[in-house]
Amino acid sequence: MEVLDIIKPEHQVFCKTKLMTDTALSYCPGCGHGTAHNLTMEVVDELGIVEDTIGVAPVGCSVLAYDFMNIDMTQAAHGRAPALATAISRLWPKKYVFTYQGDGDLAAIGTAETIHACNRGENIVIIFVNNGIYGMTGGQMAPTTLPGMKTSTSPYGREIETMGSPLKMTELVANLPGTYYVTRQSVHTHKNVRKAKKAIKKAFENIRLKKGVSFVEIVSNCNSGWKMNPLESNQWMEENMFPYFPLGDIKVAGKLK
Amino acid sequence: MAKVKGAIVVDTETCKGCELCIPVCQENALSMSKNVNRKGYHYAYMSHPEACNGCTNCALVCPDRAITVYRVKVTE
Repeated sequence: MEVLDIIKPEHQVFCKTKLMTDTALSYCPGCGHGTAHNLTMEVVDELGIVEDTIGVAPVGCSVLAYDFMNIDMTQAAHGRAPALATAISRLWPKKYVFTYQGDGDLAAIGTAETIHACNRGENIVIIFVNNGIYGMTGGQMAPTTLPGMKTSTSPYGREIETMGSPLKMTELVANLPGTYYVTRQSVHTHKNVRKAKKAIKKAFENIRLKKGVSFVEIVSNCNSGWKMNPLESNQWMEENMFPYFPLGDIKVAGKLK
Repeated sequence: MAKVKGAIVVDTETCKGCELCIPVCQENALSMSKNVNRKGYHYAYMSHPEACNGCTNCALVCPDRAITVYRVKVTE
């Protein structure tokens, strides 16, 4: 069978979801943000909740998420996405409200909003992309930067004595009573992508239960910020990020694992 | 016995040449082209079309979703 005989519309098994616009993604080659965007939109598409979903874009690399996701989106001030999502979900209790945030947004300037939204148990999904660095502004140190990791504001590596330890945001919010489902995933290989998609789907399905926040952390690479090529950065992430940020479910159905 | 054959189509203008799809291909059907697209990136292409079984691994890891996958069952 020739290749041209296989490439026919009736044989198509995978293509880009229609919920992503044709705008070219502004991310660096190999960045996990693109996969995370696409997974979120594929889940929304599969659950058939396109008209009832409202997204909140953050400040950071993914600030232009509203240009890429072809659904109702708004954009919050730096770190305030959970607060805005709280307002939206309280005004429209039947809508599926999600925030999409990076670590500089959620774990640095937005720590208070995140923790209080999780503590109140708002009925929202938080998708947290953690790459351990401020990617958009030029690779400065973030709260999630690993010890010894070189960034433009910690050129000799992060020192624990003066700069503190990396913040495990996901473990932190898992201990709050308002969270219902807390998990950590990654999107660097096909196996992890399939697991991450299942986790995001579960998070969106939890909104119907009205039990609290569903929090999905996605550990991602930042090859420009880490000054590596995409494959090297994924390997570096496996060797250095995963021991500190272990993958897997942390809280399922309101119970810590 | 039914056999599965696959094929991919790469949107060469969307591909940014990150090469994430190369190691996840279990059949080693993909390579990077020597040519570049309009933005100057080397794009992925199917260098061994006969090996592809349409498993969608490459499309799943592609951050820009530049890959469309086709699969068909052939009986011999």
